[in-house]
This record gives sequence, structure tokens and C-alpha cells, in this order.
Amino acid sequence: MKALMTSWLAAMLLIFSTLAQANLTIEITRGSDRATPVAVVPFAGGDALPEDVAQVIHDNLERSGYFDPLPHRQMLDRPSESGEVRYGDWRALDVRYLVVGRASRDGNGYRLQYELMDVSGERRMLGEVVTSSEGELRGAAHYISDQIFEAVTGIRGAFSTRIAYVTAQGVGNDMQFALYVADADGRNSQQVLSSREPILSPAWSPDGGKLAYVSFETERPAIYIQDLATGQRARATSFEGINGAPAWSPDGRRLAMSLSKDGQPEIYVMDIGSRDFQRITNNSSIDTEPAWSPDGRSLLFTSDRSGGPQLYRHDFGSGQQERLTFTGNYNARGRFAPDGEAIFLIHRSSNGYQVARQDLDSGRLVVLSESRWDESPSVSPNGTMVIFATQQGNSGVLGAVTADGRASFRLPSAQGDVREPAWSPFLN
Amino acid sequence: MQLKRGLKPYARTLAVALSLAFVAGCSSSGGTQDGSMDGTRGGAAGSGVAGSGQVGGTGLGAGGTAGQQADGRIPEQRTIYFEFDSDRIRSEFEPVLSAHARYLRSNGSARVVLQGHTDERGTREYNMALGERRARSVERFLSVQGVSPSQVEVVSYGEERPAARGQNEEAYAQNRRVVFAY
Repeated sequence: MKALMTSWLAAMLLIFSTLAQANLTIEITRGSDRATPVAVVPFAGGDALPEDVAQVIHDNLERSGYFDPLPHRQMLDRPSESGEVRYGDWRALDVRYLVVGRASRDGNGYRLQYELMDVSGERRMLGEVVTSSEGELRGAAHYISDQIFEAVTGIRGAFSTRIAYVTAQGVGNDMQFALYVADADGRNSQQVLSSREPILSPAWSPDGGKLAYVSFETERPAIYIQDLATGQRARATSFEGINGAPAWSPDGRRLAMSLSKDGQPEIYVMDIGSRDFQRITNNSSIDTEPAWSPDGRSLLFTSDRSGGPQLYRHDFGSGQQERLTFTGNYNARGRFAPDGEAIFLIHRSSNGYQVARQDLDSGRLVVLSESRWDESPSVSPNGTMVIFATQQGNSGVLGAVTADGRASFRLPSAQGDVREPAWSPFLN
Repeated sequence: MQLKRGLKPYARTLAVALSLAFVAGCSSSGGTQDGSMDGTRGGAAGSGVAGSGQVGGTGLGAGGTAGQQADGRIPEQRTIYFEFDSDRIRSEFEPVLSAHARYLRSNGSARVVLQGHTDERGTREYNMALGERRARSVERFLSVQGVSPSQVEVVSYGEERPAARGQNEEAYAQNRRVVFAY
């Protein structure tokens, strides 16, 4: 029934949405049982703001899976600074951390003051004044969310990051594709490229300034590099056959990719400055979907050299290639966790294609997602979340799951299929 | 649906038989997995080998309407379909391929792009590789039938351009295809 309602809602959104807005909305599908109770009190003066800053913070914390924010209606009191807080009231509600603040006009912009309190310790942990223009209010809310997240968890917040994704509509020869970049919460989307030919495999440069992607705009696949600030772009490769799966090295100077110019798809590394190519694989099977280890010393890739697709690691130092996945007969599109200790991948089980995590030390593989048709996992730069493409009804939507699998949410689009999410690096 | 066209007998040349043996042999060395829930490469290789027998058996009597166009026109049927987990040319599409081979042989300036497609299951870039494997299987068939390599180009679209939508076998079957684009 819930699924029915969701698809009905999606259909209505489709009907009522007007123009090519590709903003994504968020639906929490599963909360974490280990989430920390927190309360984000509506900011004093917040009603006058064009964005509800406290609500953005509330939603960010909830979506992280680390926090369980108290609904506004359950709040007994609405303090706006630490001096007004009656800790006993919040303890009675089992709230561990409390966020209060106030907003006011400041010249042409806004002044946001916020404080974070440890309720059991009756202690102010954080306090800051942030100024923001009207257009940057959501960005300011993401910044505040980052500070709160790090103060409580010790992990750097990733709310101020962005995601790239591809939308598609239509079938066969009558299709429309577009590449977008949006805030990590799906809002503030901007179109990067639109084409009647397929666009896929967007990949962020490590400085967050460029995207590499595959576009069929010449009716052949080619890899392009586009500067996001200027819109300037250059074709990196357009060999005969597949030009696919671009992946930036951590130093931003090289691009790993899959090229079939020599007969079948092989992994190559291109020096972006000199356009020199280094061939990494050489066999009669498929080698594709390369991903760099965070230290840049090895490449993870998919190969069917053993029969079906499995993940392998190429070590640049030794030149050796070792197989990493042995659970099941389909493991593909791997990505390293930022600490290099685990990989996230697509694993096929009797439940379908799902996002899984494999710890590299133990080799143990754990399925994280509950959906059936998952693709393209991409890890947040702080390693806490994985965003991926999945299906909801007959539409492609983005899903996200915490790296421990405890909490998940979806980002449905009002129009068409959304796929190929790529989480940006830290941008500040 | 082009899958159920009426087939009429026609004389098959020795070249066709040779090409089939060659293609079947190639198929067995590289299975194409769209992502069967239970598919393994072993299974793919097995079906390729078994397929060669099946192809030989039906090949003797089968022919196609597509094969009748010996004139200068591009054969009408320009899409052939593939089994799940396979890049093997199905026997019912051999007359279609032969007709295209004849057309290309007798029209040396004609060029065709073989567009390889997969169904949507599995990862996108891996499917890109599988679509290419399917199109190359057709390319080999044409090559053995004497079509000049300069007339043929392979472009894989992977799962990016589905002919039908939906997570069901009917849609998947329509999407596992190679299209002749002149």
C-alpha cells in the first residue's frame, strides 16, 4: 500500500511538475536504531527567512542516519540561546543534544546565530554567528549542519558537498539525457549538459572543480572533461569502440578509463597533461569500471576473466593484479571507502542487484540496500553514506544508505529517470 | 514484433555454414551476461557450444523473407534479438544477417553501424562491454560472409537506449538486441 501511494505520488508529481527542474526531494525509508536523539529548535526570527534554516539542519541530521531529531510538536519550549535552555525539560524528552539559534536581517543578507548543547552535561559545545546572503541561506544551513555533525560524531560533515547525476526520459531513439549537479540534499540543481544521446559515468575531479563523463553526442562514445565554473570542456578520448568509465587519480593528474580500441575493453591510465596512455590490463576478457584507491597506489576494477564479473585490484608498485571478491557470481562497479579499508560495490544475490560493502581485511561482504535493481554506488567523502541508483515503481531514482546499512533514504525526481549519482569530494 | 516472421526455405551457401561454425566457436569463448540471476560464465560457454549444434540443425532447411532482397535495397529487418546471457546469433536471425551481408557485399560503398544493446540488469559500464560483445558477434558473422571490415563499425549503447521499458522479461527480450544502422 505504501508503495502504491508512493508511485501515485510520483505520478502526480510528474503531471504537475512544469519545467525542466530536476531538483530531488528526500523520503526517509529507514531510520537507524542507533541514531542519537537531538532537537533542533526552530530559530527565533526564522519565520521571516525565505528558507527555514532550522528545518534544513533538522533534515540533514536526520538523513545522516546518525541523528533522530525530535519533531517540533513534541518540544515543550523553544529557547533561542543557551541562557534560555531548561535542561531538565530536554532530558525528560530523552534529547541528548540541542541546537538553538536566532536569525535576523543584516544589511542585504542575514545573520544566523546558533549554539549546540550537550543536554546531559548541561554544556554548551559550540556557538557561532554566520552571515549569509539570501541565495546562500541553504548553504549556511549546510555549513552549520557540518559543524554540529563533527562536534558530536567526530566525523567531518559532508552536508556542504554536491552530487552529480544523469536524468533520462523516453525510449529507443526518442530519448533526452541531461547531466546535473545539485546540493547533497538534491536541491539547487543546475544542468551541466543536455543531449539526445546517452550521457553516463560522471566523475568528479579531486578538487571538485571538474567533471569527467561519457557522452554519445557525436553518436560515438567519448570521454569529456568539463570545468563546472566556466562550462569549458575538452574531449579527452574518442577512440574507436568503448570510451568509458573515467576515474580521476587522487592527485587529479591522471584519468583511468576503459577503452576497447584494441579489441576488447581494457583499463588504461591517461596522463591528462601529456595525453600519454599506460595500459593496465591485457587479456581477452572485459576489464572496466576502474576506481583509484585513496592513496593512489592501486586501481580497483571489474573483470570477467574468471567467468562472470568480479572485482580485482591492480597494484601500481608490483604490477600484480589480485581478485578481491569471491562471494556470489556477480560483483561489479567497486568504489573504495575514503579510508581505503573497505569497498562498496554492486553484488548480485537471489534478491537482485544490491549495494554491498566488503571489508578488505576480512573479505566479508555485507549487503546494505533493501532494493532490487541497484547500480552505481558512490561514497560520500566522509565515508558515512553511499548514494546509488535504484528503481521505484517504473522510475529510476536515487537511493542512499549509511555505510553500516542502518539507515536509508530516497531522492525521487519529479521527472523521468535519475541515475548515475556521483558524490563530490569536500568542496571547502 | 519481428521475432515471429514466417520463414521460407532457401538455399544456403557453404560460406554460411562456415561462418556459423566460426561464430559459434567465438561465442563459446566469451559469454554475454545481461545479468542472469543464476548465470555463470560456464553456463554461457555451454550454451554457445550447444548452440552450434542447434544452428547446424535448423540451418539446412530454414530461410527467410529477409533473404529475398537480392536487389539494391537495404534489408527491411534491421534488428536481431539475443537470448538472455548470450552473444550467440540465433538461428532464426541468420537469414537476416545473410541478407545484410549480401547487401553490403554488393554495395561496396554502403556503411553500417552495428549498435549493440543489453537489457538493464547489471552495471552500466559492464553492460557497455556486453553490448559490444554482441555487436562484435554480428560483425564476425558478416566478416566471414565476405563483408569488408571497412564497411562495418561497432558501437555499443549498453543499456542506455532501451527499446522497451519495464522490469519484466518481455521488455528485457526486446532490449537484448543488435541494430543495423545504415
